Amino acid sequence: MTSLVVVSAGLSNPSSTRLLADRLTAATVEALEDVEVTHVQLRDLAHQLTDHLLTGFAAPELAAAQRAVAEADGVVVVTPVFSASYSGLFKTFFDVLEPGALDGTPVLLGATGGTPRHSLVVEHALRPLFAYLHAIVVPTGVYAATDDFAGTDLDARVTRAAGELAALMGKVSRVDSAVSKRRTVDDELTAPTPFEELLRRASQG
Amino acid sequence: MQFGIFTVGDVTADPTTGRTPTEHERIKATVEIATKAEEIGLDVFATGEHHNPPFIASNPTATLAYIGAKTENIILSTATTLITTTDPVLIAEDYAKIQHLTDGRVDLMMGRGNTGPVYPWFGKDIREGINLAIENYALLRRLWSEDVVNWEGRFRTPLQGYTSTPRPLDGVAPFVWHGSIRSPEIAEQAAYYGDGFFHNHIFWPAGHTQQMVDLYRRRFEHYGHGAYDEAIVGLGGQFFMRKNSQDAVDEFRPYFDNAPVYGHGPSLEDFTEATPLTVGSPQQVLERTLGFRDYVGHYQRQLFLVDHAGLPLKTVLEQLDLLGEILPELRKGMAEGRPANVPDAPTHASLVAAAGGAKDSTVYAEADDVTGSSDREEARA
Repeated sequence: MTSLVVVSAGLSNPSSTRLLADRLTAATVEALEDVEVTHVQLRDLAHQLTDHLLTGFAAPELAAAQRAVAEADGVVVVTPVFSASYSGLFKTFFDVLEPGALDGTPVLLGATGGTPRHSLVVEHALRPLFAYLHAIVVPTGVYAATDDFAGTDLDARVTRAAGELAALMGKVSRVDSAVSKRRTVDDELTAPTPFEELLRRASQG
Repeated sequence: MQFGIFTVGDVTADPTTGRTPTEHERIKATVEIATKAEEIGLDVFATGEHHNPPFIASNPTATLAYIGAKTENIILSTATTLITTTDPVLIAEDYAKIQHLTDGRVDLMMGRGNTGPVYPWFGKDIREGINLAIENYALLRRLWSEDVVNWEGRFRTPLQGYTSTPRPLDGVAPFVWHGSIRSPEIAEQAAYYGDGFFHNHIFWPAGHTQQMVDLYRRRFEHYGHGAYDEAIVGLGGQFFMRKNSQDAVDEFRPYFDNAPVYGHGPSLEDFTEATPLTVGSPQQVLERTLGFRDYVGHYQRQLFLVDHAGLPLKTVLEQLDLLGEILPELRKGMAEGRPANVPDAPTHASLVAAAGGAKDSTVYAEADDVTGSSDREEARA
């Protein structure tokens, strides 16, 4: 079954960030057959994220969320706009994610804010972050200001973005695609690189 | 089964008084802690190596040699020796010298270090950490096992016709452990050579330790050094104990809450649950420690961190007295159910025996010309 993980960084309850995340999720699910959705609400993990910064390891719930993201076939991420960018909580989650976890993973970007003037946050802040993380970012990012929740325009953008994500999830398969993931610590623990190869790399650079 | 302590040599303020010891006090305290470790019957004292404040752990070889002169039995070790930024030529000389001075009471644990700027200070690049650890150690082994070495690598000047002196005591190099928290390559390296593998264990969930030790054991067997349960494993550990467990919690909490590593993060309760840290009665420390075997198997060396987070020397010495009191029970408990094929940690004596006896390994050379003539005269001749 296809797995979709939804990471949302809204702080209030109810939250417009979660609302946008839900709409993006529903539209993606509609476009795909047989998809399993996992929600990761960063508010619930806020303490564990800070602890991870300080201790270097993830407590159980955070570890489970990290695993879900790393194993996902597609990811929806939505952050509120704080001080003209993604929130610190949102960034922290991706700061402590293991390098390579999102390599080649289709990601749909979303952001919410109180005013439409922040709409380019998706392009100027979120997109470079996920390019750095080697994710395959959906062309349409969805920004929703408070006003958008009263209009009909948001629907069209949500549908288009979700359709693009679904298409990527349908076409990009981890196993047979040209996109390869970096080897992780878990990969090494399961199937270690033989020492002769490590020696060869050390001497050749 | 060996028991001991390891120190990172941090100079940390006591959060209950606000007082920070001087470097001199901390250096002298380290020596006192080490001699106390021998007094209570521990087997190993290991010091870290750092080259920046707030640590006094630079020049670990001077510290170990000095402690060696003040002790009779305890094994001197490192936690860790920076195999990445230290020239293996110097490591070979320094630790062979300590072997001679202490009649073989020394072994080493290799590590990469965790402070980025240390690498450039020593002309290295942290991105090459694993490669440095692999190449430098490969050279170190040859310097100890071969009298004359010709060598060329990426990370230091080539060597032609080089003899490292003094030669290892009795023709046997010090035993080497490799320490790593989360780098499978280092467990692979330890397994490849049949060396020991040490997991820091403290500050980390048991799951990390278990995975790394399991990998090391699997590969130790793969490379033909013995069975899975015969690999040489060491673990760290951390405790604070008082006769009454609530006293231990109350006294340690301000140190925990402000500790350099985990302070201002998770609660003491969460952290003791997630990691091997045990704060409580001697009986609780005893039981927790004996439980480590449940996820790593029977192992060879247990080192505790006791002098950290700004604990005053007096408290550290009291902790060691309490450790001394449960030490017989720890030894007895670890011996229970231990299969006969599980070896002890190698010592100088056991390595000499395995090599078929002691050999004088001195490389005798022609008399030098340094005292009789200058290089200029030699060039003219």
